Amino acid sequence: MALLTPELNAAVGRQLPPVSAEVTRREICKYSAATGQRLQRFIDGDEAPPMFLFGLFLPILPREQLGHDGLPPDTGLVPELPLKRVMAGGTQQTWFRGIYPGDVLVSRQTLVDLFEKEGAQGPLIFAVVENRVETEAGEPVMTEHSTRIAR
Amino acid sequence: MKLSRVHVGDPLPERAFKPDEVQLFMYNAAIWNHHRIHYDHPYTTGEEGHPGIVIDGPLQGDFLTQLVLEWVGTDGVLSGFEYSNRKAAYIGETLRARGRITEVREADGEVDVELAIVNEAGEVITPGKASVRLHQ
Repeated sequence: MALLTPELNAAVGRQLPPVSAEVTRREICKYSAATGQRLQRFIDGDEAPPMFLFGLFLPILPREQLGHDGLPPDTGLVPELPLKRVMAGGTQQTWFRGIYPGDVLVSRQTLVDLFEKEGAQGPLIFAVVENRVETEAGEPVMTEHSTRIAR
Repeated sequence: MKLSRVHVGDPLPERAFKPDEVQLFMYNAAIWNHHRIHYDHPYTTGEEGHPGIVIDGPLQGDFLTQLVLEWVGTDGVLSGFEYSNRKAAYIGETLRARGRITEVREADGEVDVELAIVNEAGEVITPGKASVRLHQ
């Protein structure tokens, strides 16, 4: 055990620069058509389905900055860990309000926890990233905790 | 939907999803995701070792929210949601979204639901939970 060194633990609390994005009716309509939404308020773009937020803050980068796998470079929020096989461990969201066309939303991501556990097949490291989404005026929209598991 | 008509153990109406290449293209274009495992078959099978084009994990999360929000309609709002992609799903598979009420909290008008995306083999590949707050 004790895979997490003081240097790695010091990364807890690290934040990415805030990212803001404007929500448009057209983008909501595209998302709703793509996901097969059946509720009229989503189809018409009067409100966004909750998982619309997943794409809202994904980076828009030129082709030459994407990797061979098509993915953008890692943000560096989670430091390089001594265990290399990384899995998504789950996402937990608390919702405070809906998302509407014209909203300008701000995402703030923070590494809030790093811990290790002994799994059945060896050690595991858990990295928990908090994503706080608010309106420009600071009204909470959603807070999300996503866990990355390295083994 | 009235809180008094909601009971622990009640199932939500099930919904089947069968994403094809066009839907996956639409989804990844809409969210601006260019990961090759969602559209490049030779790369996905040859270099990443998958048997086929991979259905996005967050899309399965979306399917679970649709199950809940169609059930609630305009009678409530989503207050909490969680999901975890445990096993990959591939184009051509029919995925079934299922849900069941696990708790009714009358004091605050909230209902908890247990959710699952189940593949054709009957395996729960994406479990989840949601809480909805019903208008009183």
